[in-house]
Amino acid sequence: MEIFGIPSALLGSQLLVGLINGSFYAVLSLGLAIIFGLLNIINFAHGAQYMLGAFVALLASKYLGVNYWLALLLAPLTVGVLGVVIERTMLQRLRGLDHLYGLLLTFGLALILEGLFKNFFGVSGESYEAPEALSGGVDLGFMFLPLYRGFVVVAALGVCLMAWYLIERTSLGATLRAATQRPDLVQALGINVPVLITATYAVGSALAAFAGVLAAPIFQVNPVMGSNLIIVVFAVVVIGGMGSILGSIVTGLGLGLIEGLTKVVYPEASAVVIFLIMVIVLLLRPAGLFGKQA
Amino acid sequence: MKPVIAAAGKTPTWHLFLGVALVGAIAPFVVYPTFLMKILCFALFACAFNLLLGYAGLLSFGHAAFFGGSAYVTGWLCKQVGATPELGLLAGAGFGALLGAVFGGLAIRRAGIYFSMITLGLAQLVFFLALQMKFTGGEDGLQGIPRGKLFGLVDLNDSMTMYWFVLLVFLGGLFVVYRTIHSPFGQILKAIRDNEPRAISLGYDVDRYKLLAFVISASLAGLAGSTKSLVFQLASLTDVHWHTSGQVVLMTLLGGLGTVLGPVVGAATIVGLENVLADKVGPWVMVIMGVIFVVCVLAFRRGIVGELAALRSRGGADH
Repeated sequence: MEIFGIPSALLGSQLLVGLINGSFYAVLSLGLAIIFGLLNIINFAHGAQYMLGAFVALLASKYLGVNYWLALLLAPLTVGVLGVVIERTMLQRLRGLDHLYGLLLTFGLALILEGLFKNFFGVSGESYEAPEALSGGVDLGFMFLPLYRGFVVVAALGVCLMAWYLIERTSLGATLRAATQRPDLVQALGINVPVLITATYAVGSALAAFAGVLAAPIFQVNPVMGSNLIIVVFAVVVIGGMGSILGSIVTGLGLGLIEGLTKVVYPEASAVVIFLIMVIVLLLRPAGLFGKQA
Repeated sequence: MKPVIAAAGKTPTWHLFLGVALVGAIAPFVVYPTFLMKILCFALFACAFNLLLGYAGLLSFGHAAFFGGSAYVTGWLCKQVGATPELGLLAGAGFGALLGAVFGGLAIRRAGIYFSMITLGLAQLVFFLALQMKFTGGEDGLQGIPRGKLFGLVDLNDSMTMYWFVLLVFLGGLFVVYRTIHSPFGQILKAIRDNEPRAISLGYDVDRYKLLAFVISASLAGLAGSTKSLVFQLASLTDVHWHTSGQVVLMTLLGGLGTVLGPVVGAATIVGLENVLADKVGPWVMVIMGVIFVVCVLAFRRGIVGELAALRSRGGADH
């Protein structure tokens, strides 16, 4: 079976890879957007936190025998606690300063984390086994779907939709959105905004770690896995704009699919296609697809 | 954007340049010239970067594209086409300006934090192009770039001759930065940095000013990269990697944002530190750079030169 002269199995498997990458883009850009909303900081350490999540899963299984499902809880928790520490000891001191200092501080943190893991584990990376229950796959007729990969897409989208529901449809979410607009007023109404900010940073970091655990069985777990990804995610954020949560999810998935498609049609361009789309979007719609013009 | 900037000192122009030239003239008799040339190249790079961040308030996270891109252009011209070094450098600076116009034109369409992310993304695009295109030599880079003869006359293979040439290029670049900062154009840049809506309401087309600042900065960053490619006879992927963009931010931040000499001091400190640390702790350099970043942002935002200037002006007020 062929579509436009491309074997459907190849097309299907590349689109699946695209969908998986797109799910990671969606979760990571969502985390960035949540943190940016309340802290006005672009979290450059997001990639490092994603890498950290994968390493927590790997090390916990190696030394403590922790299984995958527990790691899916443990890694976000660990990285979230680290997020609390980072926010309380460092980011908090930058409030009131220009945005760029937050970017620079988190960039420094990313260097520290990446450098530390490079020292202890080298750059080659180790593999992490997918859980027993999700090994194997199903034949969909036009392509073969490994179960774990299907699970990753479902889990990532599930988390994104949960975040959307939490922020847009619950009273906690309403408080959060109010604090994004007018922190001073929300504080005056008796809500502890500093705690809310710390919690937001922790949840954003935990999301990155969750994505890291999901990614661990698919990619090699290595110290540079985050820094390469985060630059692409920045481009995704520029394309989508950080105004809307559903917008980030749609943009992330869509760009992942386009990237996968490029791998089939013109493989040489697959590494740059997202940046090229960023250029086109900047030319045609400078505010981003879902952004509001400032 | 409004970075923390130290109050400007009132040192006369010729004092400053005479001082820098004197230090530059004495240094090669004390320190290894190749090491000094590396410092000068990165100092010029950091001065170019500081023009943008310190004076226009624009944080570019993609300056490696100009530094590395121009290094490739100069390297290719000198090695494959047989251009003389001065033509190679001119072409490198021109390429930097051209690429800067493209980057700047796209990035200034979005303000604030997006600006940094866009420049980072565009630089990553250049990185992948450099990785895949034929003329860059891919993973190997361009090796064995000839230094050649300046104007066809002066042989640059002698390391002292090369040093004087690099010092001249550096002083020329520093002069351009200095003149830009202290011109009416520079004053408007500072006005935009401090309060953009006010500058707009005064009738200035701020986007044009930002773009021009970006082009000047990119051109000088390109010149720095080109010079580096002649000094080390190498243009490689390291030059276009985002690590290099981060490094120039660190140099500028450590030395002092918005000070004329800050980037020079910052570049000398970082290059010197890397040189000392590379032998002793090797892979820990990245961690140490990260720690310096964090410390600078948390406790040392004025940088070395900025803190000194603040001390001096406080001392002056006491008397």
